[in-house]
Amino acid sequence: MLEAQARRRQQRSGLLLALPAIIWLGLFFLLPLGIVGVFSFLTREAAGIVSLPFTLEHYERTFGVFSVVLWRSVWISVVSTVICLLIGYPLAFFIATRQNNWVRQLCLFMVVLPFWTNFLVRTYAWRILLGDQGTINAILQGLGLIDAPLTLLNTPFAVILGLVYGFLPFMVLPIYASVDRFDFKYVDAAHDLGANDIKAFFRVVLPMTLPGVFAGSALVFIPCVGAFVTPDLLGGTQGLMIGNLISRQFGQSLNLPLGSALSVTMMLIVMVALLAYVRLGNRRLGG
Amino acid sequence: MTPDVELRQVVKEFSAAGKSKRAGYQVRAVDNVNLQIAQGEFFAMLGPSGCGKTTTLRMIAGFETPTSGEIYIRGKAVHDIPPFHRPVNTVFQDYALFPHMTVIQNVMFGLRMEGVPRQEAQRRAEEALDMVKLSHAAARRPNQLSGGQQQRVALARALVKRPSVLLLDEPLGALDLKLRKEMQAELKTMQQRVGITFIFVTHDQEEAMSMANRIAVMHEGHVLQVGTARDIYERPVNRFVADFIGETNFFVGNLVEKRDKVGVVKLADGATFEASLPLDASSVSEGKVTVALRPERIGIFPPGEEDDMPREVPLNVLEGVLYEMDYIGTDTRYTVEIAGTTLVVREQNVDYEDNYDFRLGQTVKIFFPAVSATILQE
Repeated sequence: MLEAQARRRQQRSGLLLALPAIIWLGLFFLLPLGIVGVFSFLTREAAGIVSLPFTLEHYERTFGVFSVVLWRSVWISVVSTVICLLIGYPLAFFIATRQNNWVRQLCLFMVVLPFWTNFLVRTYAWRILLGDQGTINAILQGLGLIDAPLTLLNTPFAVILGLVYGFLPFMVLPIYASVDRFDFKYVDAAHDLGANDIKAFFRVVLPMTLPGVFAGSALVFIPCVGAFVTPDLLGGTQGLMIGNLISRQFGQSLNLPLGSALSVTMMLIVMVALLAYVRLGNRRLGG
Repeated sequence: MTPDVELRQVVKEFSAAGKSKRAGYQVRAVDNVNLQIAQGEFFAMLGPSGCGKTTTLRMIAGFETPTSGEIYIRGKAVHDIPPFHRPVNTVFQDYALFPHMTVIQNVMFGLRMEGVPRQEAQRRAEEALDMVKLSHAAARRPNQLSGGQQQRVALARALVKRPSVLLLDEPLGALDLKLRKEMQAELKTMQQRVGITFIFVTHDQEEAMSMANRIAVMHEGHVLQVGTARDIYERPVNRFVADFIGETNFFVGNLVEKRDKVGVVKLADGATFEASLPLDASSVSEGKVTVALRPERIGIFPPGEEDDMPREVPLNVLEGVLYEMDYIGTDTRYTVEIAGTTLVVREQNVDYEDNYDFRLGQTVKIFFPAVSATILQE
């Protein structure tokens, strides 16, 4: 009796504590989300104005003419995530295995150091580096390695470069945490049982640090799909991504229902990725 | 016959990280260790934490490379060979079972690494699990097992590889007392059944004595003494060994005469007694010595009862003052002062009542045969 009362009281006070967050999220997240969802099925009457009847027109366009951009968003995000993983895992592993605590802290500090400069500024810097008259082309031409400047800017390549550059720390940090928690006695055990370094890594270290890999991949993939500053500055028309389309619909075009449909689609992509993340994580833990 | 495992002048130094920035500042974890361990032996390395026993074991396994010296397994030099090419397997202190694999996958792991086909690996792993009575747990994860079960899986995982030597690093350290006793017996039976050399590291002297054929007592990187449990208990070579294994009284006196196997020791008050010379009699010389004497090997009598003393063997008889007496169930502990030295005497309580009537402050006689006292190396 008393116990049940105490439990109920606890639940009530828990709810009370969560109330500000619930109100905040309800007003500024769930409600707008609902509006976006409803808008995506409405008709565009004029710039910035929507009306009935309901229509699937905007989704037809999303998966029709814009499917190229959708598809590009996905593959650029996947490639960027994979590259982040290939660079980030060894880096995180290196940092986590330094004996000297001071060295470890310094390395981590350097990983997050770019955040001290505005993201926009850093992305502009890439324009200077990659441009036709940019630093890279100038050096290559100066060395006589190429005759005409390479087209680096305004390509998917430039977008991937920018995304990897921008989101690498989000891959490094969770993997670092995983490797840091990893007990190297398991490597001793693997060696003891006849596994060489490579087998020990793939059979023992990697599987046991996968939570970090999954978390890092989710943290990189999700902002990549939604990226719009990077493709805007580095991608040109060749590297246009779904984020750019959305910003255009809500900006210049003022096509609210189309923008909403694109937004809902992007959210679905992210949700599929998150679902995969949860599923993979669960399968690892469960039997 | 070549020994199964041989260590020759093995040294391991670690750089003292953090403590000192001076270049070349090294700590010697293992200092000139020589050991020969015979095929089929159950060998224990015993010592307090930090004595170098685990480092020595890790060098045999290959996780550490000796700074200098040589290690041979079955006559083959292995000190330059990585652990995955050595014919040894380890049961780790907290087992180090792979948490992302099932029990059977853990046991199969080593076989798969050898290139044993999946079917055969599975069959052999099942046999190994059967041996440790855990067939029913094959599909579980290590974290679903109790400590004792995990211990058995670790044993199966190591033994399934049929190593020449099995290394065990404090294998029972994480278990509670009752389970420890069970596992001690089980390990001993297992070792006799598989017949391979077991080398195990422990800080528990009772565990070492009850399980091992021979024990190496280590301290500060040195092997102080190697011998059977009886050798080490009865004839400790020095004060550390005597003190580490069981309870001991120490007498300081002068060795005035060395005879065949015994020496005559004179105490500060002029009383003399005979004590055994160490196994290596040349290691002590006349002059100041320490004598170790086990409390349970001393008899005690109140004055006027000397007639009850056994007469079959020649006995040393000394006089002292009784100033403490504690009844502790199985035994009674008497604290006696003799020539400025405090001595503990332990008598088993075999009867309901005491045989003698002792009073504190009274002069008592203690007696012991020369074989029970050992003269120690300084």
